[in-house]
Parts: sequence; C-alpha cells; structure tokens
Amino acid sequence: MAKLPVSLTINGDEHDLLIEPRKTLLAVLRDTIGLTGTKEGCSTGDCGACTVIVDGKAVTSCMVLAVTASGKEITTIEGLASDGELHPVQQAFINTGGYQCGFCTPGFIMASKALIDENPDRTEEEFRHALGGNICRCTGYTKILEAVLEAAEEIRTTA
Amino acid sequence: MKSFEFYEPTTLAEASRLFAEAHAQLLAGGTDLVIGMKALTETPESVISLQKIPGLTGITTEADNSISIGAMTKVREVEVSGDIQQHHTALAEGASEIGSIQIRNLATIGGNIAHASPAADTVAGLLVADAQVDIASANGERRVPIDELFTGPGQTVLRPGEIITRFRLPSPASGSHYIKHKIREVMDLAFIGVAAAVNLDNGTITDARIGLAAVAPTPIRATEAENLLNGNAPTPELLEQAGEAAAAGCSPISDLRCSAEHRREMVDVLTRRTLQHALERASA
Repeated sequence: MAKLPVSLTINGDEHDLLIEPRKTLLAVLRDTIGLTGTKEGCSTGDCGACTVIVDGKAVTSCMVLAVTASGKEITTIEGLASDGELHPVQQAFINTGGYQCGFCTPGFIMASKALIDENPDRTEEEFRHALGGNICRCTGYTKILEAVLEAAEEIRTTA
Repeated sequence: MKSFEFYEPTTLAEASRLFAEAHAQLLAGGTDLVIGMKALTETPESVISLQKIPGLTGITTEADNSISIGAMTKVREVEVSGDIQQHHTALAEGASEIGSIQIRNLATIGGNIAHASPAADTVAGLLVADAQVDIASANGERRVPIDELFTGPGQTVLRPGEIITRFRLPSPASGSHYIKHKIREVMDLAFIGVAAAVNLDNGTITDARIGLAAVAPTPIRATEAENLLNGNAPTPELLEQAGEAAAAGCSPISDLRCSAEHRREMVDVLTRRTLQHALERASA
C-alpha cells in the first residue's frame, strides 16, 4: 500500500514522515529516524527490549504499527537525559552496574522510568513483578533491581 | 509482514462496512494481530483500526453498581480500575494476568475477547460477572450473553461486519476471585483459568457462578457445580463436591502445555480454591 503521512513527536521533536502501514514503531524509530538506542530483541512482545513510552505509558514498540502512533508523544532512551545530565534512572543503572552486555538496558530503563513516574513507592517485590516483561539474557537481575530501587528512592526524595 | 490497506474510520458504521469485506481484519490494541501478521499467520488485505472511533473506551458505573466497559478500553485500565477491583475482583485479577504491563498498556478487553482464545485471561471474570456483550454493525445492534459468544477456538457468533463495542456487567456478586494456573509469574499463558463469584445470604450461597478457561473448546460456566452450591451453606464437603462436578463437566485437551488429565485434576483443585477466596471476600 502507498505510504501514509504520519506525524510523530519523538523526544520533543516533531517528525512528519511518509510511512508504509506495515512498519512498526520500532522499525521507524531505528531505521527511519536513526534512533538505535531502542533495541529489537524477540520482536514478539515477550522480551521488553523495545520498550518506549507513548503518551506516558510504557509499551513494546515492536507491537505498535507506526501509523497508529501519529499525533502521540513518544519518548525513547535518547530523550531521557537533559542538558547533559543523565536521568536518575540512567544514573542509577551506572551506579549499581545494572547492566552487563547492555542490550536489554534501554528497555529496562524506559519500563522502570514509567513505573517510577506512576508510583515510586512500590516495594522491591512489586517492582520485580512489574518488570516481568523485560528479560535480561545475561541474567543480571540483582543489579538491575538495585538500580530501580535506588532511582525510585532518588526520585521520591527529590520530588 | 505483508502489505495491507490501512483504514482509520471514525464511525462504527464505516468500520463495519469495511470489516464486512473479505480478508479484512480489525485492529484494536494490536498485540495479537501485529504479531500474527509478522509471523504470516495473519495476512489481511485490509486492516481497519478502531482507535479513532469515539465512545468505545472507558469504564462507567451506574447508580445500581452495574458497570459498562468499552471494548477498546485497555486491559491495564480494567486491571487498575477501583470499581472493577471492588465489584468484579475476578475480572481485575484476570486482566492483571495478561502478558506484561507494556502489553496491557496496548491490549484491549474487546480484543482479548474477540480473539476467542479459550485461555483468554479476562474471559472467566466476564463469565462470572454474567456479562452481556454489545455488538454493532452497519445493520444495527444486538446484545449477546458472554457464555453464548464463543463457538470454538478462535470462533464466535459474530457475523461479517459485526464489532464488539461494550461489555455490560449487571449488579456484582459480593465476592469473586480468579486463579490462573501457570508456570511463570508473568508473561505466560494459562494452563487453565478458574473464576468464581458468590453472594451469601445469611450463610447460604446464592448466585454461585464458576467460569472455566482453557478446559474446553470454548470458555464455559460450570453450571452443575453452581447448582450444587446454590441454596446451601459453604462446607468443605460441598466445595469438594463442586470441584468434582466442575472437573466432570469440562472436556480438556492434551497439548504441549500440559495433559488433559492434569487440566481436569486442576479444575477440581482450583475450583475449590477460588470458591474459598470468593466466599472469604463475600463474608468480609
């Protein structure tokens, strides 16, 4: 089918694009815009590596047709830092070493940011459960969870 | 993914006309359809998004505590809704069992039901809520009880061009509960799903409802078990009999997830257990 006009607001910048309806949001972010921080893992919604925030909600971008994201606000890992300052969730992942190969890290950080924005007062068990849609194949979950708890604490105390 | 024509109608009538064409698929949240199109198990020639049609989202509560849920309401919204948690606990619990939060932020309750998987996690909760399903097409509207919606795996009574618009939940039971039998804490499909809802009248069970998922070609009510319970006091022996009756009334299959024998045995166990939880909530 012919390409359709799509207007995406990505990390605050508006992009007016012509997109084939079969392209996923993930493919457009990576291949059209060149924002390769968002990762493609399983591409079936199971691993969470492609997590981005759309209108405040964490979603797996491999399951979203880009044409349906027209007019929506999209935040990717590239949009978290501001004025050279890392977002507290990013900083916490560095502080705790909450990454190994790094492939799952952007998805974990975006999912964690959305969870903390929604409710930073979750218990460790609640964060663990709520991050069940993100898989780390290096299995470094202990440090990841430490990072999320540290970031939640940081955001809670500075809010 | 194969190419397709993409439509974003803004009225139900237009969506229905487009959907009545051959090789057309509806797009709700996309969590089943987009994955199916990638795997080429779905190769629609046209995809009709329901996302731009007003009036299909949201949860509203009437004065008599009856609740109406728009078909395009996100599963996550059903899960966190205070009214659903309070009055239809089994449905909120079922919603919380689907995929991950990322998926529940996309998936819709209408999609979960219209996909007609016998293992859908919201279906047992809707069964015990005695939900009515509002259906619209270019030819008009009709209403079907949820236990008459399904005809087989992936099959419903929906005719070409018909679209589920809303679920209507009449006045709630005082206690309900859902148990998903699974291996993983999240991101798993149900071996079986069991929901129970009860009212208690001076220590006597009334309006017992039991909904079973993934134990038959369609989701089913365990009506024989319900009949055993109604009008009686909840004793351990009675719950045992209800579990056995529910197990006897199902027709599970063996598949790569587990055996028919295991499913049947677990219907017995989990019917008892969901009933206990529902009864505790009803007497709280």
